[in-house]
Amino acid sequence: MISVRNLTKQFGDFKAVDNISFDVAKGEIFGFLGANGAGKTTAIRILCGLSKATSGSGTIAGCDIMSQSEEIKKNIGYMCQKFSLYEDLTVLENMELYGGIYGLTAKEIAARSEAMLKELDFGEHRNDLVGSIPTGWRQKLAFTVANLHRPKVIFLDEPTGGVDPLTRRQFWAMIRRTASEGTTVFVTTHYMDEAEHCDRVSVMVDGKIMALDTPSALIEKYGASSMDEVFRSIARNAVRNE
Amino acid sequence: MGVLRSLIIKEIRQFRRNPFMPKLVVMFPIAIVLVMPWITTMDVKDVSVGIVDYDGSDVSHKIISRIDASEYLELNSIYQDYPSALEDMEDGRVDAILEIPDGFGRSILSKPEKLSVWSNGVNSLKGSLGSQYLMQTVMQCLKDIRSSKGLQIPEGLIETTNLYNPTMDYKHFMIPALMIMLLVMIGGFLPALNLVSEKELGTIEQINVTPVNRFVFTLSKLIPFWIICFIDLGLCMTLALLVYGLPVAGSVWAIFLAAALFIIVMSSVGVMIANLSDTMQQTMFIMLFVVLSFILISGLMTPVESMPEWAQKVTWFLPPTYIIKIFRIVYLKGASVAELWTDYAALAGFAVLFCILAAMTYKKRG
Repeated sequence: MISVRNLTKQFGDFKAVDNISFDVAKGEIFGFLGANGAGKTTAIRILCGLSKATSGSGTIAGCDIMSQSEEIKKNIGYMCQKFSLYEDLTVLENMELYGGIYGLTAKEIAARSEAMLKELDFGEHRNDLVGSIPTGWRQKLAFTVANLHRPKVIFLDEPTGGVDPLTRRQFWAMIRRTASEGTTVFVTTHYMDEAEHCDRVSVMVDGKIMALDTPSALIEKYGASSMDEVFRSIARNAVRNE
Repeated sequence: MGVLRSLIIKEIRQFRRNPFMPKLVVMFPIAIVLVMPWITTMDVKDVSVGIVDYDGSDVSHKIISRIDASEYLELNSIYQDYPSALEDMEDGRVDAILEIPDGFGRSILSKPEKLSVWSNGVNSLKGSLGSQYLMQTVMQCLKDIRSSKGLQIPEGLIETTNLYNPTMDYKHFMIPALMIMLLVMIGGFLPALNLVSEKELGTIEQINVTPVNRFVFTLSKLIPFWIICFIDLGLCMTLALLVYGLPVAGSVWAIFLAAALFIIVMSSVGVMIANLSDTMQQTMFIMLFVVLSFILISGLMTPVESMPEWAQKVTWFLPPTYIIKIFRIVYLKGASVAELWTDYAALAGFAVLFCILAAMTYKKRG
């Protein structure tokens, strides 16, 4: 579903993303790990068509990331680090807006948002302003909205930052459910316990991918007891630090 | 078109929910029409006049009482000699001095003696206009005296200066210009602020990962403010009619057509500037510079004809120049779109140009 070869993004002399390559299969949950400043967000922005790569190639859902970024955007959902639903619109109004942008009919929007709100058990708050909703709920809503048009790939950039453990667990349940329906999930996180929920993880250090495998294989390879130890032993040699 | 509709509905919902905007767009035109014309008026009233009467005849008394009766002139005092009048002018109590020479009354029916007028240049507008008014009043008085004796006015004695036209209310001249100022402010600033605040909040990122077309997105930022400007313009025109009794001499549609084109220009300029800026401060500063240039150079406050030649050429490249001309002519004299077609064409050209620039400068991928 995602295939990337030798992707590089250079700002002046600084290589934010340095020659990375990887593949992600359909329905896979792919964890994209790395310390602050490792280049995760830059990489995800290139894949989503928000930023142009300096060199390299790749495809998402069969579309070229260099030349068909607008085509890719039809097939992806994106939820960014910074919470970005419209706070001065209600839950339902946000859903109507994004549904409309992706060309869903009013009927489809109504049916899907109803079903999704029911699944979230958030139906009674449909007319609340998003600005008045607690962070944990907002993140779950943002995920739901990013998923409204049933994208083939969904990119989540630190979706659980600042979210309490209970909500994080619920959030990951939502991610797994989405993946089981065939959607590819590409997720960045700082929480190593979350990394163990992923089918495969990559660890990025100083713009390069230093390790890529299933969590259990990585734990075995580094002789560690958890992903947390794996991450620390890989990231120890990092030069860049925020 | 469904995408555009969704985006416009979003803008309208956000606008209505904003605690400040709806009030602003109603109060702004009301304040501009009700307050500004009184302040920006260039009408000169209550010009303080000092008279040095060396003559003391019937004729000089008639002139004095005529000046006293004038709506625009205010008789300060009558002096024995010129130096004492000058002293008062230096203290700023007198804007203009009229000197009536000895024997003026006798000479009036044959070959009139010369009258002298001095004006106070400190307040140049009041001084120069005031002395014009003064001359005119005196001339009118002399004309009356001579014609009552069956005499013609000697050639060149009464030179009508167009500066003074009591039937022309300066407020009427300023109101169309103030309406344009409103369109500049509302049509230019609001879309710019709206867009750059989406940048600051980060919501634009979320829009940029969607397949939304950049022309459609740009239009969604223009259309709501187009509608708001139309409502405000209508409000201004109604107020101008009710409060100042100023109807549109030409066709209302001619006004709205020009406004429709001009709003696109202003909103596109606003969107373009917001596209090129990263922060609210940047946007505000550049917008202020552009708007001030528009207002000062395009003939909104000062007539284009009195600008230096190079500046007159600059005005050709400023969109407001054309709408100011259209508004004033259509509003005050009445003219049709056909008669002013070159100005409409220029506005339409600017509208297309800036709309394309606004969409081009919007980059979904940095």
